[in-house]
Amino acid sequence: MERGPSSFGVYNMKLGMWVFLLSEVMFFTGLIGAYIILRFAQPDHFALPGQVLNVPLTALNTFFLICSSVTMVKAFAAIELGDQKGLQRWLLATAIIGMIFVGIQVVEYTVLSHEGFVPIADLYQAHGRQGGHEVLGGPLYGATFYTMTGFHGTHVSIGVACLWFTYFKARRGGYSAANFGGVENMGLYWHFVDLVWIILFTIVYLI
Amino acid sequence: MESQATNQAAGGSAAPHKSPPYMLIWLVLFVLTLAEVGVAFLSHIPKNILILILLALAVWKAALVAMYYMHLKFEPRKLWLLAISPLPLAVILVVIVLAEGW
Repeated sequence: MERGPSSFGVYNMKLGMWVFLLSEVMFFTGLIGAYIILRFAQPDHFALPGQVLNVPLTALNTFFLICSSVTMVKAFAAIELGDQKGLQRWLLATAIIGMIFVGIQVVEYTVLSHEGFVPIADLYQAHGRQGGHEVLGGPLYGATFYTMTGFHGTHVSIGVACLWFTYFKARRGGYSAANFGGVENMGLYWHFVDLVWIILFTIVYLI
Repeated sequence: MESQATNQAAGGSAAPHKSPPYMLIWLVLFVLTLAEVGVAFLSHIPKNILILILLALAVWKAALVAMYYMHLKFEPRKLWLLAISPLPLAVILVVIVLAEGW
């Protein structure tokens, strides 16, 4: 494997991570584009923000993900200076906060599905958070919601697994001020997941 | 195989730079998130204007994450151009899909 800088002026593994993230941009753009067109085409299938989805809980989850981004970048900043303890501490914090995010999303899914907000046409009966009798939205709402947030949640879960791997490797002294490519690429992926959530939160929960 | 990621040795990492104010950026992201939720629910702004404001806030937050937490601001120009290359493609994709819908 070539170690030197690529023609883009960065080492190959980092360039590879960036190219992967760019493919991910197109992947999520496809999902978001589908959501937008379906929402415009079938407005009756969608409810107003906050009617069905628990926005305060998700805003809290957004806050957690933003916090995990700063702990991740702190881990990177620590190993740039050769601070092993700092690296381990911040990686551990990032992994735990990532797990909290996934946990809250599981709780959200559980509550929503019990309220009838499911991606299945025959079973969809979301009456909203106010508990009225009218069914709000339709199965398209459930299908697009779970597809977008589910794929994102999967990315976060994979990220958490990678964070634990990075953490345990850091504990074994696997990184140093001269060798922090793994931490940097872990950070790029994690920040990207945060970035995608920033967009999804706005489009799915607030608009 | 390990990758060497020192600033000079591999010529791979971001250019040497003063560490960005990470905590300040976190605070800005937090405030912008609060602003988003507040604008979405507490205002009586017309829907179209509201959507534009919310999208602008989201793009602002995303740009902060990309520029400072992903260090794009300090990367070589070629990588910077590579990183933004899917954005016009993404816009084209959404516009074409929307156009198909009408």
